[in-house]
Formats: sequence, C-alpha cells, structure tokens
Amino acid sequence: MSDITPETVRHLAGLARIALDDAEVTRLTDELGAIVGAVEKVNEIVSDDIEPTSHPIPLGNVSREDVVGDTLTTEQALSGAPDHDGSRFRVTAILGEEE
Amino acid sequence: MSELHRLPAIDLQGLLESGQVSAREVTNSFLQRIEQVDGALNSFLHVNQAATEAADAIDRKRSAGEALPPTAGLPVAVKDVLCTSDMPTTSGSRILEGWVPPYDATVVRKYRDAGMVALGKTNMDEFAMGSSTEHSGYGPTKNPWDLERVPGGSGGGSAAAVSAFEAPVALGSDTGGSIRQPAALTGTVGVKPTYGGVSRYGVIALASSLDQVGPVARTVVDAALLHDVIAGHDPHDSTSIPDPWPSMSEAALASAAEPSLAGVRIGRVKQLDTDGFQPGVRERFAQMLELAEKNGAEIVDIDAPHFDYAVAAYYLILPAEASSNLAKYDSVRFGLRVTPEGSQVTVEDVMAATREAGFGDEVKRRIILGTYALSAGYYDAYYGSAQQVRTLIQSDFRHAFEQVDVLLTPSAPTTAFRLGEQLDDPLAMYANDLTTIPANLAGIPGLSLPAGLAAEDGLPVGVQVMAPAFQDRRLYEVGAALESLVRERDGGLVSDRVPEPGTARDGGQK
Repeated sequence: MSDITPETVRHLAGLARIALDDAEVTRLTDELGAIVGAVEKVNEIVSDDIEPTSHPIPLGNVSREDVVGDTLTTEQALSGAPDHDGSRFRVTAILGEEE
Repeated sequence: MSELHRLPAIDLQGLLESGQVSAREVTNSFLQRIEQVDGALNSFLHVNQAATEAADAIDRKRSAGEALPPTAGLPVAVKDVLCTSDMPTTSGSRILEGWVPPYDATVVRKYRDAGMVALGKTNMDEFAMGSSTEHSGYGPTKNPWDLERVPGGSGGGSAAAVSAFEAPVALGSDTGGSIRQPAALTGTVGVKPTYGGVSRYGVIALASSLDQVGPVARTVVDAALLHDVIAGHDPHDSTSIPDPWPSMSEAALASAAEPSLAGVRIGRVKQLDTDGFQPGVRERFAQMLELAEKNGAEIVDIDAPHFDYAVAAYYLILPAEASSNLAKYDSVRFGLRVTPEGSQVTVEDVMAATREAGFGDEVKRRIILGTYALSAGYYDAYYGSAQQVRTLIQSDFRHAFEQVDVLLTPSAPTTAFRLGEQLDDPLAMYANDLTTIPANLAGIPGLSLPAGLAAEDGLPVGVQVMAPAFQDRRLYEVGAALESLVRERDGGLVSDRVPEPGTARDGGQK
C-alpha cells in the first residue's frame, strides 16, 4: 500500500518545479498511488546479494585529450533563450523579498 | 514513375545510383504523397521546405561525376526527438515549440554525410513518453490501417509515415519499445540496436541508460540500409561502443536472397506467450514459430521468470532518469517562459509556471513519480530495487542465450487499439510495452517485423526477434529470413496490404 497523499504530491511537485492546481493534485494523488502500488512489486524478488545494474553495457572510464573540442559560440548558445542581454541569459529575480 | 513513393528504399537506391531517376523526382514524389495523405494522418510535425533543394544538390553532384555514398538522394523522415539545426525540434512538447537547435545530432550529421534528404520531423508522444502518440503536444497521429486507431508510440509518426508511403525509411528512438511497438501496430519493421551501437548525442534524452536510436522501414533490408548509415562510435557520446560494426545490409540481403533457418535455435519465452495476449496475436506468433520450424529452425522453450517484473522496474528507472533529464526545461536557455502575475515573482515561480503550462499530463505524472522514486528514504526501496531487477533480467537473457541463438516473441500484446481507449488509464498504457521493455533493460538489440494480420480485426501483428548484445547482425539474418517466409506464404509483404488512408481494409471487421 503506498503512502501517496495530496501533501506528498504537492511536496514532490514543488521539488520538481511544476505548479499544479487542486484538481491536478487530486488526480495525481490517485494515479500515483495506483502506479506506485503496481511498481512496488520489484521488492518481491530482490535481496541484498544482487548487484544493481545502472548501465546495460559496461564501459570503462571514457576519457579524451584535454583539448578544446566542438563548442557553441555565444550567439549560438543564446539563440534559443527566452531572454538574454547579448552575452548572458537573463532571468527573473533569484531571491524573493523575505529571503 | 508516379508511384516512386511505393518502392522500397533498396530499389530507389538502385534507380538513383544508375541515374534512372533523379533525387528531385524521388523527393517530390514523397512530398506530394505527404501533401495528399498527411492531413488525415498527422505523421509530420514539420515538412522540410528545403528538401527539394537538398535533392537538387545531390543531382548536381551526380551529374558532375562526383563519387557519392550509395544512399545519396534517398529521403528519410526524422523523429522530432533528434536535434536538427535546419528544422524545428520539439520532442513533441509545447515547451520546445519552434525551437531550432544550434547543432545537429550525430545521427543527423550521418544521414547528411550519406547524402540522404530529410523530408521532415515526425510526430511522437511528448518527450517519447507514451505508447500511442496521443500524448503529443501537437495532436495524435492516426494509424494508416484504421484512422480511428493509434499507430503506437512513442514513434507513431515515423511508423505511420513509413506505413503510408510518406517516407521510404525513418529514424526512431526506443527507450522501452518506441520503435518496435509502433512497427508492430502499423505493419512495418523497426529495430532497436544494441545500447551504445548508435550515438545518443543530440538525441533529446528521456532515460539515458535505456534510450537508443534505430531505423524504421517497410522491409528488413531497408531497415538494415539505414542502420548502416547511423551506427558507429561517436566520441561525443561516452556510452557509445568503440567496436566497429559489420554491415547489416549485407547480412539482410544475403539472408533475403537465400532464406534459411537451418540449424538456428529460436527461443519461445514462456512469460511472453500467455492468455493476456490478444488471440489473433497469439495465433500469428504460433504460425511464425511453425513456419520457422518447417524451414529448419529448432524451437526451444525458455523460462525467463524475472520478465514478469520488467514493467515495474522500468516504470521506476525511466521516471527517475526522466525527472533528472527534464530538469533542463527551466525557461532559461531554450523553450517556453511563462511569467506569473504578481509583484514578487522569483525565477522559481517562473520555472514552475513554465513547466505547468509547457508539459502535458503524462510528462508531469512521470516527473513527479521519478522525483518520488529518487527521494530520500525511498531511493533504496524503489530505484535501488529496480536496478537489482535489471540485473536479474540480464541474467535471464544470459541463460536464454546459452540455449538459443535468438528469442522470438510477439512485439506487442494487442493489435492497434482505438484512440482514447487507454488514455485515462496509465497502467493499461504502460502494459503495452511488456514485450519490448526487457531488451532495453538489458541493452540487447530487438527487431519487430510483421507476421500477418489478426483474424479478428484485420490489423497487423508484429513479432520480435531479440539477440545477445552486439549481435545486431543476427537480427537481420533471422528477420530477413522470416520476412521472406511470410511473403512467400501470403504472396506479398504485409506492409503492401495497407489501405489508402480512410478507406476500408480487407479482412477482419472494421
């Protein structure tokens, strides 16, 4: 049985930086509860002696010569930005009033 | 040559090489076809206005006597998950509407270097999250076999385009079945190569340990042609395999010319041939095994007990990796920015409002699920356990491939389902990929090819061939042989029996 509550969903959405309205919170609480209930079955068969696999085809450390490779120009890097000043991305204030 | 668009890629390649047709004629034939049918299908999000120009450039080089790659002048449709510096790239999401990347994906550079002409960008579930293309931010793609049904997903656009003769071949990406399941539902061929066989550089990431780019086509040989163009090591992708690859098209052509399965050991996976599958799917799958056996293959029953846990593990690993990968859509460097009303708005408020407006329901669902699976106190029980299941599934495959050369399974549990049928039931939608997910978890290659039509609905059924990691060539050898046997039995290719969009199909009831 999962422990997904509306508060859990609001907390997770905050961590994931996704604003949700109340209707979405209600729907997601039900849906996530059902999904988590289903995927929990992975715990039925695992035990401590099984190594986890993070990558399907193991490769050793991949390194290269320390030389400049392909890079984007400033203009290219800024080309898709919603706002910029010609050399930097422009964003809204980072700190709120009470911070 | 008004029917150029119906020819297989291998034939078009021959006509182009010998100069019997020009690249412009071929390209225009497909552009006209897109114009004619895509209003009904919505396979394309963007049609390349510069395609004719690119074709002309090839024709000029050819008439000047320049040495050209064999695929020069051959058109290709490109899944919108691939970054193209000359066409918008959205990954099916509103959050990237109109974005033109400042660089090309490596596979895009490779098809350009091979002289192939991009016809446009194909529709997909948003960020490749889905099995029906209904989660696209730009409306669903329809299945050419029946416009009331889905083409599968996430690569429904590429599969429908190839099925409806809007493109000879297309590029797809497969994280849990997004190439193979749409191939099955549209009567086409789709291949997920070995993980690392094709570069992921410039491929908009869904789940980095699972994503793999591959070819979509109407025949096994045509898929192999495109596989040869895109495969190979790429220093821009640290997970790219450095070993060289043998020619897939040579293997497919040789096997298609003399189809034989003598001595090939084919495994039938007990867990993927159950009552849960649609009867017509099971029937065609059983016939395929019989056909293989009659032609010299040995059928071996395989037990893969941990496959029953693959979907559960996948829906922990995928959301976890996706929630991290999709953090980059934060309204700063590219894409949408939505600034909420108010006097004390901070960048965090802007990010949250942007992601609320720009992401669709399924994307929000998976990001939040992934955030949960990775959160403190739950990591071991969810993400950690799922990674252990991954080890168990790999060991199932290892034991299987000690006994057989390839595995054969249905490519999907059902034929194409109706639009809207599963849209409100995420768990039902997730179950569509239960046959394809194990290969992604283990990194091994898989190929889906048509096995015939289901008796009850007249819709295509796909079977999947899986081989050990690095043995992609084996897929093409076995796949081309099976395709030839089906063609011989039916008197033609399954993909040639697709009706004109909007007209009734023969066989089965609508």
